[in-house]
Amino acid sequence: MAMTILEFTALVGLGSFVAGLLGSLTGLGGGVVLVPLLTLFFKVDIRYAVGASLVSVIATSSGAAAAYVKEGISNIRIGMFLEIATTMGALLGAFLASRVSTSAIATVFGLTLLYSAFLSGRPRVKLSSDDVPDPLATRLRMNGSFPTPEGIREYHVRRVPLGFSLMFGAGALSGLLGIGSGAVKVLAMDQAMRIPFKVSTTTSNFMIGVTAAASAGVYLHRGYVDPGLAMPVMLGVLLGSLLGTRILVGADTKWLRLIFGAVILLLGAEMLYQGLTGKI
Amino acid sequence: MILKAWTDQRVEIMIGNLLRAGVIISAVVVFLGGVVFLARHGTAPADYRIFRGEPADLRYVKQIVLRAASFSGRGIIQLGLLMLIATPVARVIFSIFGFAEEGDRMYIVFASIVLAVLLFSLIGSGF
Repeated sequence: MAMTILEFTALVGLGSFVAGLLGSLTGLGGGVVLVPLLTLFFKVDIRYAVGASLVSVIATSSGAAAAYVKEGISNIRIGMFLEIATTMGALLGAFLASRVSTSAIATVFGLTLLYSAFLSGRPRVKLSSDDVPDPLATRLRMNGSFPTPEGIREYHVRRVPLGFSLMFGAGALSGLLGIGSGAVKVLAMDQAMRIPFKVSTTTSNFMIGVTAAASAGVYLHRGYVDPGLAMPVMLGVLLGSLLGTRILVGADTKWLRLIFGAVILLLGAEMLYQGLTGKI
Repeated sequence: MILKAWTDQRVEIMIGNLLRAGVIISAVVVFLGGVVFLARHGTAPADYRIFRGEPADLRYVKQIVLRAASFSGRGIIQLGLLMLIATPVARVIFSIFGFAEEGDRMYIVFASIVLAVLLFSLIGSGF
């Protein structure tokens, strides 16, 4: 009962559209469910799935960044400095992807999904930002300001080396799994470097495209990017996330976040199971 | 200080427009390639269960361009994806000019390192 390419394209496109829509509505990113969707439901080889996912991550990141940079919230210097770490990590991740077994990739993917689900269910801890400038951050000209309803708010960046190291890990994960790994990026900027949440989310999104491009080149050369598969995935996710950002304004996404978090949890458990038992 | 902030914002807006244009153009190319691909091969059975790897002419920049020029659906899609991958690369190049205009040597170096990594990935293992 093999599907024809036309049916396959339509179903994958629809699934990717829903993933992109939910991902942008909940702020959790659609990329994280794309690979499980393709491997678990469409039985696509995980290497093709990662290749297609990676390309679509570039599309959604660049599409959303265009809107963010106009608001002037993202910090271009923080982004550029940390991209040194994420792109090098991404390169390492992409090389690792061709060295390790598909079961190992599936296992790491499952764990990452479980962690994302955990983050989505946990209320965000408000961090006290003591305004002691870090000399390194000052030398790197990372401190900035952003507009709030109460006026311009200044912020200082802390613990640059820790943030840089975490970013290398985020890049490696992105290159290995074909995801944006926005969760790890925000962790590094929000928790470690104490960058205000609004600035860290927009800057993180800004960086995702460059990070993904660093591993996409390697994936392309290795023959992991199949045009027939990447086409519906990229177009579906892009349309879904663009629609998501349009209806996001004023929508209450608390329940949606909870449901999507549960879906991620289930997919994570299944990926982990299939990875550990060698079914993927 | 005020002048610097102004330049920063202007560069950022240009970068935003560049990214949007890159995504729109590549999505249109991918879509057109998809139409050609589906019109020709839509009724063939789909099979992505077994990994074979793409043929060489869908893996390297020069060959993708040649294949797209011969009006192959898969070649055109791959060309669109290549343009998509190139969009962040263009963004980094653009940032270098932005930092140069501000006379920020340190960030010219940082952005150049990022660019070098991207170019190594994209053409390092063959053009």
